Amino acid sequence: MRFFEYEAREIVKRAGIPVTDFGFARTAAEAREIAERIGGPTVIKSQVLTGGRMKAGGVKFAEGPEEAEGHAATILELQINGHVPRGVLVDPRAEVKQEYYAGVVWDGIREQPVMLFSDMGGIDIEEVAATHPDHVGRGHFSNLVSVSDFQAKQVIAQTGVTGSALTRITPILARLARLFSERDMTLAEINPLGETGDAKFVALDAHMEMENEARPRQRALLSELGVGDEETRQAREPTEFELAGEAVDAQDHRGVAGNVTEFDGDLGLVIGAGGGSLTLFDAVRKYGGRPANYCEIGGNPSVAKACGLAKLVLTKPGVDKIAVMMSIVSNTRVDIVARGVIKACLELDMDPAEKIAIFRIPGAWEEEGFKILDHYGVDYADRRVSLHEAARRAVEKIQGAAASEGDGADAPRVDGRTSGEVTEV
Amino acid sequence: MSILLDADTTFIVQGITGREAVNLTRECLDYGKGAKIVGGVTPGRKGREVHGVPVYDTVAQVIDSHGGPIDGSVVTVPPAFTKDAVFEALENDVKLVVIVTERIPRRDVAEMVELAGLRGARIIGPNCLGIIVPEVIKMGGIGGPARDAAKAYSPGPVGVISRSGGMTTEMSSTLTAAGLGQSTAVSIGGDAIIGSTYAELMPLFEADEQTEAIVIYSEPGGRMEAELARWVTENESRLPIVAFMAGRFMDEMPGMSFGHAGTIVEGKEDTASEKIERLAAAGITVAEEISEIPALIAERLGSPSPA
Repeated sequence: MRFFEYEAREIVKRAGIPVTDFGFARTAAEAREIAERIGGPTVIKSQVLTGGRMKAGGVKFAEGPEEAEGHAATILELQINGHVPRGVLVDPRAEVKQEYYAGVVWDGIREQPVMLFSDMGGIDIEEVAATHPDHVGRGHFSNLVSVSDFQAKQVIAQTGVTGSALTRITPILARLARLFSERDMTLAEINPLGETGDAKFVALDAHMEMENEARPRQRALLSELGVGDEETRQAREPTEFELAGEAVDAQDHRGVAGNVTEFDGDLGLVIGAGGGSLTLFDAVRKYGGRPANYCEIGGNPSVAKACGLAKLVLTKPGVDKIAVMMSIVSNTRVDIVARGVIKACLELDMDPAEKIAIFRIPGAWEEEGFKILDHYGVDYADRRVSLHEAARRAVEKIQGAAASEGDGADAPRVDGRTSGEVTEV
Repeated sequence: MSILLDADTTFIVQGITGREAVNLTRECLDYGKGAKIVGGVTPGRKGREVHGVPVYDTVAQVIDSHGGPIDGSVVTVPPAFTKDAVFEALENDVKLVVIVTERIPRRDVAEMVELAGLRGARIIGPNCLGIIVPEVIKMGGIGGPARDAAKAYSPGPVGVISRSGGMTTEMSSTLTAAGLGQSTAVSIGGDAIIGSTYAELMPLFEADEQTEAIVIYSEPGGRMEAELARWVTENESRLPIVAFMAGRFMDEMPGMSFGHAGTIVEGKEDTASEKIERLAAAGITVAEEISEIPALIAERLGSPSPA
């Protein structure tokens, strides 16, 4: 989850890293009050969880409180990449001699965090690394032993920074590294880290992202920052449909029938598990289908959950049919999912045979599942029909093409369907 | 032969009294030649039995009663307790730890992996289904109940490495149906940081006489495909590799995570299209569909196309 700049700066401040005397305002009047307190030129910055603020006009400079209020009013109305600002940050305009970059990220291959430092701050670190590699210092640190200041010093010294700048930035980078570990961040950046006229170093902007899995154990910090459990801070806010999906998954603790993501197509997907869902979503699109949603079933969910998920997808406006497909299951039971999706159709007064374009879930308890599907005349397939072939059939059905008269352009059909051939009723 | 496991491998199940762990224990005991599960650990439950496997309070107690070192452990405890359980296994000289648990914070995983490195041990997972040597042994929920696992997996020349547990079985089943068995199949886990990546398992397959080709399942996110491409190029691997890349649609949705925690696309190098390019440049064949894999493998092995 990503933090707003004003939150990230607060996190940095709590770690003992100097910050400016900034303030966060939700209204223009509040912005004016903060500017009055600061009492000099200020910078007004839009608080949105997206990049490109400067370009979009979300950062403005003010000479005094009046101008600060005016800029705040404008910025608060300004959407950036579709994001409405949460508020504005009012920052004293500092005299900056030089800008530096300090950051910490994970190196997934080394399985350790890595400190990054550059004496060319204020721009994207990846750009600096590409154009001026000698201006980027880096150093991994242990997960088991807390970072020592010398490790930060070594990273900074790689860029040629020496003198008082080296000794003053060292504790800042070391504290950022400790903060990264202690707060379960996946990204912790101060950019720029400014050297002011009086040779002090101060965080002028900060960017923090915390791992979602760690939110429970960072609850104290999050509540102090005013971040509620309901704020997912995903790349986009959840839709009503997605929230309804979460409610379905939360109704009991048996398995998963969730991770519902809304798309705007006509083919509803009741799919799983993790990798199977990714494969199937790609497959539907490959064959020209338009998915209405993404989701994941796994870990043997209850009939109620499978039913709830199928109902949610079946009643989504624009959905004509659903495809129920998974990679071979070994834990999730085929019969339970079959029961769930058929129950959903019946409770909605829909004909399962018509609404379920295809049911392709082979694996545990498949004989029992196929019996149920036979009973309701649902088109199903076993493992002899590949994930892609199942997706292709579903797309073909929803597009109303004649199921039996293919043009032969696609892979030959391995028939695993038709009742009686597969299982005895 | 096989990698990581054989018929003689002894292991324990930590968190053995949990619902999923009870099933997993049954499955492993039933599969192949029958796993040698020498004990289970759940603190406070000493004296119980799970399908005949004695339960203890500590890993040290199991080792005492077994009368010698234990090769491996399957860890299925809740995420908040996983790190402690894995540390307990590692500090008791367990050399192969399969972590089934999902949703463990990355920092904890990184700590476990680093300690394992210091102790000369190997971690598979987290968020994985484990390892299977067809008709011999399975360690973890991979393939499900013995009867189901027997349908999907068969012995043969193909090593399987997959970031998705379910897709390990889907791909192996497709290979089996085409007459291509597996030497060992490893579900390596879907998280951003895992104990054993493709490149870290490749030397084991490389050294395994039974293995003649590799099939991998991959996803967007992370650098482990790039690492594999580099490893293959630098080491002039004798093993042909066929890869399948899922989640191509995610390239259009940066910042969103689908499927597994590891799939969040954080940089250009993490995207499906970038990975496909890198794999292909290293001579790895990238299949468009799972069903194409057997023919591609047969082609790379130079044998006639399977039925």
